[in-house]
Amino acid sequence: MLAQFLQFTMSGLTVGAVYAIVGLGFTIIYNASGVLNFAQGEFVMIGGMVTVFAVAAGVPLPLAILLAIAVAAIVGVALHRLAIEPAKDASPVVLIIITIGGALVIRGIAQIVFDKQLHKLPGFSGDTPVNFMGASILPQALWVLGGSALIVTLVTLFFAKTMIGKAVLATAANRLAAQLVGVNTSVILAISFALSATIGAIAGILVTPITFTNYEVGTMLALKGFAALVLGGLGSPAGAILGGMVLGLCESLSAGYLSSTYKDAFAFLVMIAVLLVMPSGLLGKPSAERV
Amino acid sequence: MARLINNRWAELALVTGLIVLAGLLLPSNYYFRVGALVLISAIAAVGLNLLLGFAGQVSLGHAGFVGIGAYAVALLPTHWGVPTLASIFLGAAFSGVLALAIGRPILRLKGHFLAVATLGLGILVAMVLTNEARITGGPDGMPVPRLELLGTRIRAPEAWYWIAGGTLIISIVFAQNLLNSSTGRALRALHDSEVAARAAGINVARVKGIVFSISAVYASISGSLLALLNGHITPDTASFLNSIELVTMVVLGGMGSLVGSLVGAAVLVILPQALTVFHEYEHLLLGSFIIAIMIFLRDGIVPTLRKALLERKAPEDRV
Repeated sequence: MLAQFLQFTMSGLTVGAVYAIVGLGFTIIYNASGVLNFAQGEFVMIGGMVTVFAVAAGVPLPLAILLAIAVAAIVGVALHRLAIEPAKDASPVVLIIITIGGALVIRGIAQIVFDKQLHKLPGFSGDTPVNFMGASILPQALWVLGGSALIVTLVTLFFAKTMIGKAVLATAANRLAAQLVGVNTSVILAISFALSATIGAIAGILVTPITFTNYEVGTMLALKGFAALVLGGLGSPAGAILGGMVLGLCESLSAGYLSSTYKDAFAFLVMIAVLLVMPSGLLGKPSAERV
Repeated sequence: MARLINNRWAELALVTGLIVLAGLLLPSNYYFRVGALVLISAIAAVGLNLLLGFAGQVSLGHAGFVGIGAYAVALLPTHWGVPTLASIFLGAAFSGVLALAIGRPILRLKGHFLAVATLGLGILVAMVLTNEARITGGPDGMPVPRLELLGTRIRAPEAWYWIAGGTLIISIVFAQNLLNSSTGRALRALHDSEVAARAAGINVARVKGIVFSISAVYASISGSLLALLNGHITPDTASFLNSIELVTMVVLGGMGSLVGSLVGAAVLVILPQALTVFHEYEHLLLGSFIIAIMIFLRDGIVPTLRKALLERKAPEDRV
């Protein structure tokens, strides 16, 4: 009974951590540029796929991971430079469509460079489950949770302590004012895309030993990350993380106790129910009219 | 020319002319099939345009309603012996009521919550269609009984081309009437300023809900026609990618331009057909194309053309 509950909770927290990181990536780009980047899930896919193929080509795992992160960051900057920046005055709907177009391009390239098969990585600390109060837990799940906690801490420190982080916050608060005090906002936006891609790729690398990956995994992850973002409150980093965790828990608990085929449906129903009661999300600020 | 595009009768004549002209020129069954697909997609796009271009709300799950319409003509006649024509109407009515039920509470909220709710709905519909394999045939889909009119089975793509064309024209007339009604005026008012519209006594949530419901009916009818044209249907009809394609059709052709929706549908249906030659590169090319169009023709194809025409022969046409 308790063991079963622990089991479901643990797997919920593991997928939730990935949704949380994707949601955080959405938030970083949204806060800096006002763009909802639906190509966010593709960064997770790049992280997993590049690592898998690099390892298969004989590259040692740590190097493969660094390579995957670098590739994702470059793709993130390219997405900003080639697709978002040229259209920067466009309406939000147009920008969303552009990022979806970007996601299609990334997926299309992945399909050509890699393949259409499902791939997995071996667990970083082996694939033998650990017994914890009757629940069996994959060591990789601990990697995912620990890694996600580390990402969140580093991102928070980045914004609070570094000059570049503060410049991103300044750009988010008021782009014109930031330019006036000497912030190169174009570079700052590129940095926020790179950062967002980097954390997405890390999440992708960490979770690939558990969930596998292929060129198409990005779509559903982008949807879940977006749901996490809305659930937690648009624009709130802590909200995105909380939203992701809640979504992951809902999914795995409803899969365990109600019906595994409709787990995604329960997750979305919970999200809509929360929104009806708390329209600005769990941690969002009550919306005020921007003039 | 520019003024012509603005006039509702000219708009109608233009669409009718295009449909008839293309219908007379198309050389083979394959082309009639593609043509019918364009017209059928355009019906859903016109409906979505009412929501996107006039009510200012985004639906990221409109393919869910297309799926409902498609499976209505497959399931009802197969399992319960409902006539096909009645099934089209039942599917449309169900979609409309469902949209109203979701739209009413959600549209009271400010912001893009409808986008989130419809996203969830679209996924839910696709999931039910995939998982209830006992009646829907699961991921492999199911055959659709052919439509019988006056004792003959309609299956020729050419016939479907003309049926879809006729339905599209009726859809556009209905949309024009809606926009010229009090609901349409309320829509325009709230598009300019929601606060002002509310002050003038317009029930904003109600108006948006009605438009959402109507757009769902359009999508459902389009789905029914699609299923009848193909004779086979899979849950992919309701997929997220199809929802995005619908939104792209509207934005590509031009938000707020009904002719634009036809143009957008034509581009997005014909392009992948043309790209099948490049097979492996389809995603890549489609994505690049969408990005390029959104960057260079930001207002959509038809409004950009209209602006270009206006600028060329400025004085007498601008009045």
